[in-house]
Amino acid sequence: MLHGGHLLSVLIFFPAAGALALMMLRGDDHKYIRYIVLIVSAAEFFFSLLMLRYVRVGDTGYRLEEFAHWINQPPINYHLGVDGISIFLVILTTFLTPISVLASWKSIEHRVKEFFVMLLMLEVGGVGVFLSLDLFLFFLFWEVMLIPMALLIGIWGHERRVYAAVKFILYTMAGSIFMLVGIIWLYNATNTFDLPTIQNMLATGLLALSPRTEMLLFLAFFVAFAIKVPLFPLHTWLPDAHVEAPTAGSVMLAGVLLKMGTYGMIRFCLPLFPGASHRAARWVALLAIIGIIYGALVAMVQPNLKKLVAYSSVSHLGFVVLGIFAFHNISMQGAVYQMLAHGVSTGALFLLVGMLYDRRHTFEISEYGGLATPMPKLAAFFLFVALSSLGLPMLNGFVGEYLILLGTYQRHWQWASWAALGVILSACYLLWSYQRVFFGEITKEKNRTLPDASAREKWILITMAVVTLWMGIGSVFITRRTAADSQAVIDQVEPQRPYEAAAPVRPGQQAARVAPGVASADSPERSGTR
Amino acid sequence: MNSAIPTIADFYRVLPELLWCGFGLLAMFLQPFVRNRHFFTALAFIGALAGMAGSFLSFRNPGAGFYGLIQADAFSFFFHLLVGTVAVLVVLAAGPYLDRERLPFAEFYALLLFATAGMGVLASAQELLTAFIGLEMSSISSYILAGYRRDALKSGESAMKYFLLGSFATAFFLYGIALVYGATGTTRLDMMVDADPSGTLLKLGLSMILIGLGFKVAAAPFQIWTPDVYEGAPTPVTALFSAGPKAAAFALLLRIFATVPAATHFWFWAFWILAVLTMFAGNLGALVQTNIKRLLAYSSIAHAGYILVAFAAVTSMAKGGRAEAAVAYAAVLFYLLSYALVKLGAFTIVSQLGGAGEKNLSLDDYAGLSQRQPIVAAMLSIYLLSLLGLPVTAGFFGKFYIFKAAVNSHLLWLAVLMAINSIIGAYYYLRVIVLMYMREPSAESAAAAPVGFPLTVNVVLAVTAIGTILFGLMPNPVINFILQPTLFGH
Repeated sequence: MLHGGHLLSVLIFFPAAGALALMMLRGDDHKYIRYIVLIVSAAEFFFSLLMLRYVRVGDTGYRLEEFAHWINQPPINYHLGVDGISIFLVILTTFLTPISVLASWKSIEHRVKEFFVMLLMLEVGGVGVFLSLDLFLFFLFWEVMLIPMALLIGIWGHERRVYAAVKFILYTMAGSIFMLVGIIWLYNATNTFDLPTIQNMLATGLLALSPRTEMLLFLAFFVAFAIKVPLFPLHTWLPDAHVEAPTAGSVMLAGVLLKMGTYGMIRFCLPLFPGASHRAARWVALLAIIGIIYGALVAMVQPNLKKLVAYSSVSHLGFVVLGIFAFHNISMQGAVYQMLAHGVSTGALFLLVGMLYDRRHTFEISEYGGLATPMPKLAAFFLFVALSSLGLPMLNGFVGEYLILLGTYQRHWQWASWAALGVILSACYLLWSYQRVFFGEITKEKNRTLPDASAREKWILITMAVVTLWMGIGSVFITRRTAADSQAVIDQVEPQRPYEAAAPVRPGQQAARVAPGVASADSPERSGTR
Repeated sequence: MNSAIPTIADFYRVLPELLWCGFGLLAMFLQPFVRNRHFFTALAFIGALAGMAGSFLSFRNPGAGFYGLIQADAFSFFFHLLVGTVAVLVVLAAGPYLDRERLPFAEFYALLLFATAGMGVLASAQELLTAFIGLEMSSISSYILAGYRRDALKSGESAMKYFLLGSFATAFFLYGIALVYGATGTTRLDMMVDADPSGTLLKLGLSMILIGLGFKVAAAPFQIWTPDVYEGAPTPVTALFSAGPKAAAFALLLRIFATVPAATHFWFWAFWILAVLTMFAGNLGALVQTNIKRLLAYSSIAHAGYILVAFAAVTSMAKGGRAEAAVAYAAVLFYLLSYALVKLGAFTIVSQLGGAGEKNLSLDDYAGLSQRQPIVAAMLSIYLLSLLGLPVTAGFFGKFYIFKAAVNSHLLWLAVLMAINSIIGAYYYLRVIVLMYMREPSAESAAAAPVGFPLTVNVVLAVTAIGTILFGLMPNPVINFILQPTLFGH
C-alpha cells in the first residue's frame, strides 16, 4: 500500500469490511458501535488523503490504476483509477461520512447498528462510483447505492418517509435501467466495457457512431444522470427525499449522490458522445438555467426550512450542469469546484437544520424566530454557512459560481447573464430565511430556552467552517489539480480548441461545425429499431 | 446406433430419469412398511441427489440415445442438474411443511420424483412423442400435487383448474405434433433441420406446440390459471411449479426452436407479441395483489415474459450467426437458473411463515418482519432484489444477459419495453421490502412468537441465498459452460 498499489481497492473495501464487522457485533451496545464506525470512517478519510500524493499537478489521465479480469463473457473487468476530478469527489465522500456519523450520534436511537451499516455501505457505493473505469462496474456501484440510501430514508426518516423512499428509488431506477440498455448498446458497438479503451477508440477514429445512435446513447446516459443531479424537470423526488431523510441521509444525499449525476456527465456523456453533447448543449443549458431560477424561486417561498435547502440544491446543481455544458475549461473547473463546495456548504446547512430539528422537532420556519438570542453560537455558524452557500467571496461557494459564470460568459454570454440571476436570488432566499429564523422577536415560548450548540455539535460545525474557509482561500490547491483533467475532458469534446484561447462561439457557428458530421454520417441500416 | 438392441450407453443417457422414477417407485412401495415419516424425506433426498449424480454419467456419454429419441448433451445436463437441484430443495423444504399440515409423506415424495423425471425427459427429448410423455409425466404428477391438501377448498380448486386447463393445453400440444409430423414426415427434431420453414402446416403445428408449452410456462394469453393454481397449491408445491416444470418446458421450447428452422418473421413476431403481452400481464397484475403467493405468481408470469424476450432474439437471427444465437440460449439458461433459486427460496420462506393451514399469506402479515425475524427478512429481501434485478445478485446477470441478447439482435424496442416492465416490477417487489423494513407490525403479529425455521429449511435458504449472491458475483463458471458451441451436442 505504501507505493499505492491497491490503495483504491482498499478505499472501496475498507468501509465494506467495517460494515461486515459491524453486522457481526451485538446490536445493543450503541456507544461501542458509534465509536467503531467513527474510527472506521475517519481512517477511511485519511486513506483517501493518501491519494493526493499520486495525483500530481499537471498530469492527466488515470492514476493508481488497478485492473483485474472479473467476468470473461462478456469481458467485464475490475478496473479502477483516479484522476484530478474524481479524487476530490472521493475525498468529499470520505470526509462527509465521519461528519454524518457524528451528526447521527444522538439523533439515531433505534436500530443503531443497521443505521451505521447502511451509512458505510453508502460510502462504499459512492467511492466505487467515483473510482470505476469500467462501465459495468460503474453501473454496479451506482445501483448498489440505491438500497442503503432508500433504507436510510425509509426507516430512519420523518413522517412521510416511506413515500419519499419509494419515490426516490423508482425515479433513480427508471433512469438507470435505461442507462443499462445504453451500456449494453455501447458494448455492442465497441466490444468492451472499459472506459479508457472506448475513449481510445474514439480518439483514434476506430469507433464512429452515427449521429442518431450517438444521440440515443447520449440520452440513455444523460437521463439517468439528470435524474440523479437532479435537473429540472426531473427534480421532484429530491425535496421529498431530503425532507424525509434523517440528517445524515440528507448530508450524504446532497454531498455524494447528487454529485454522482454531474460526475457521470463529465466522465461519460461528454467524452463518449461529444457530437451529441454539442447538439444537446443548448437544451441542457436551458434546463439548467430554468433549474437555477426555478429552484431559487421555489426556495424563496418555502415555509419548510429543509425543503428550502433542498430547492437551493436544485438551483446550485443547475450551475454545475451549466458549467459542464458550456465546454470551457474554466467553467468545467468551476463545475467541479462547485460540486465540492456544494457538498460542504449544503451539507453544513443540512447539519444545522438537523440540529434545529433535534431541538424543536419541526422544520417549519414559522415555528422559529429570534433564535439568535438563546443560541448565539449556532446562529453565527448558520450565518457563516449561509453566506458560503450564497457565494460570498473568500468562502467556497464563491469560487465555484464565479468560475462557472466566467467560463460560461466567454462562450455564451446570454447563458451566463440568466444564470447570474440565481446568484442574486440565492442571497434573497438564504438571508431572508435566516432573518425569519434567527432574528426578530421570539414568538414561541418554547424557543426561549433552547440550548446552544453542544460540544459535539460545535466540533462538527467548526470542522465544516474551517473547510469552507480553506476552500475559499486555498482554492488553488484544488483547481491546480483539476485543471489538466478538465482540459482533457474539454479536448475530447472539442479536439480543435486550443488551451484557454476561447473565442466566443455563436450558436450558428457551432451548428456549422457540427453539420459536416451530420452530412457524412451514414444511417442506412437503422440500427436497432424493431 | 442402428442396431436394434439399445446399448449400455443408451441407459446411461437416461440414468437420471431412471433413478428418479426408481426412487419414486421405491417410496410408494415402502410406504406400507415404514412408519417413520422422516425416512421418506431421507429417501427422496437421496433419490433426487442420485438422479443428479446420474446426470454426470449421462453427460459422459453424449449423443443420441434410443434411436434418437433422446439426446444427452451439455444442454440436457444443465437442465438435469437444475431440475435435480429443484427437487432436492423442494424435498428439504417440504418435510417440515408436511409435518405441520399432517399430510402423508411417501406419496408426496413419489409424485415429486415422478414429476422431476418427467422434467428430465422434457429436457433431453429429441423426439416430440417422447417429449409428450415427459410432459404428461410431469403434468399429471403436478395436478395431484396441486390438490395435495385434500381438505382445503383452495387446494382442490387449484388442482381442478390446473387439470382442466392443463389437459386442454396438452391436447393442443398433441395436435401440434400430429401436424408437424404431417408437414415433415418425422417427429424427430434432428430430422427437421432441413424442413421448409414457410410451410403452412409446419407453422400451424409449431404454433399449437407453442400454445401447449406457452400454457406450461404461463405465457400470456395462456397465463390465467397461474395465480389461482399457485395460490391454492401447497406452498412447497408452488415452489416446485414456479421453478421446475417451467424450466423444463422452456428447455423443450428452446430445443425445438434452436433445431427446427424458425428464424422467420412469423416466429419472431409471435415471440415478440407473446413476450410483451406476458411481461405486461404479469407486472400489471402483480401491482394490485395483496396475497404474497399471488404476487409471486404474477411475478413468475412477468419473468416468463422476460425469458420470451430472449426467444424473440433467438428467432430474429435471420442475419446473425450462431454466435449471437448462442448468447440468447445462454441468457435463457442463466435466467432460468437464477430464477429457480430465487423462487424456491422465496416460496420456502412463504411456506414457513404461512403458519398452520397457510393462514398468514397476506402482505400485511409481512409488516415489520425485519424486527421480528431480521435474518428471514434479509433473506427474502435478497430474493426480491434478485427478482428485481439489482446488481450483486444472480437475477441481475440473468436480466443483463437477456438485455444483451435483445440488443445484440437489434431488438431495441423490446429492450425498452422490458426496461419499462422492470421499473413496474421494482414497485411491487419494493413494496414487500418496504413493508418488512419500514412499517410497524400489526398488534397480533407483534405479539406472536417468531416462526421457527427447522434445519432443513435453513439449508434450503442458505443454498438459494448463497447461490443467488455467488452467481451474482462470479457467473463465470456457469456462463462458460452454457456458452460452449456444442451446447446441443452438434
